[in-house]
Amino acid sequence: MEISLHILDIMHNSIVAGAALVELTVIEDTKKDILSFTIKDNGKGMSKEMVEAVYSPFTTGRTTRKVGLGIPLLKQAAEAADGSIKITSELGVGTELFAQFTHSHIDRQPLGDMAGTMHQLITAFEDIDFLYRHSINGKEFLVDTREIKNILGGVSLKENEVSLWLLNYLTEGEAEISD
Amino acid sequence: MKSLAELEAIRQKMASNVSMRKDDHATRVVIGMATCGIAAGARPVMSAFIEEIGKRNLEHVSVVQTGCIGVCRLEPIVEIVNPDGEKVTYVKMTPEKARQVVAEHLVNGRPINEYTIGAAE
Repeated sequence: MEISLHILDIMHNSIVAGAALVELTVIEDTKKDILSFTIKDNGKGMSKEMVEAVYSPFTTGRTTRKVGLGIPLLKQAAEAADGSIKITSELGVGTELFAQFTHSHIDRQPLGDMAGTMHQLITAFEDIDFLYRHSINGKEFLVDTREIKNILGGVSLKENEVSLWLLNYLTEGEAEISD
Repeated sequence: MKSLAELEAIRQKMASNVSMRKDDHATRVVIGMATCGIAAGARPVMSAFIEEIGKRNLEHVSVVQTGCIGVCRLEPIVEIVNPDGEKVTYVKMTPEKARQVVAEHLVNGRPINEYTIGAAE
């Protein structure tokens, strides 16, 4: 597994929860030896009981089967790298998930392909806005789909040329902060 | 470096020929982008399709994502659906095969049988 696949999975939860805006912040700080991410949405939120239960693999919102492994697997991955996860939520307001890993830990999963992850989400869920921030030792790359959609007017993000621009924009932005 | 200014230029170009686009008559390239597909390499396959279709300026082809198609062992899976709804399913795709499929199937109209699910099964 890669951390970016956990991120894809958790952001999908936000989308299913009816979020209009999903904010993802990834912070890498090698001095503090931390890799963390926060996913904040304005979806329907969860009750206190649900927030407590959601760490269990036998809690799921879906009806197709009785297990949901997204959060348990993320928790396991974070704990394997001396980290932790924390979920806070309020019904009708939204949910925030914070996950932290020890950057240099031998068992920390690689972050993986963030450009591909964001491209996939942004083009597949055009009606949802994403605010993505990734910082590595203070260098930040930011993408706000509200700004992009504003420039595009009515032109779809699914248009091949736009989709290709977005993929290159994300790939180059990621490369720029990682040197 | 790609910039937002470049996006503005793309929009202006698009807006001028938007009336010519009838997406209901488009051929769709449907890529399985669930975690099984991604783990098998669907992302580079999708990038190859987007780039190659862009390079050849194929206006009536759209690349779309789907979830798990149900045959994870044959991922990355790509379905090409023509405007009549006729479907060809390609399995175990690679970026190289993707570029060949664009040239042979999408441009020349000849599906590559050896990459299809029929040949794999």
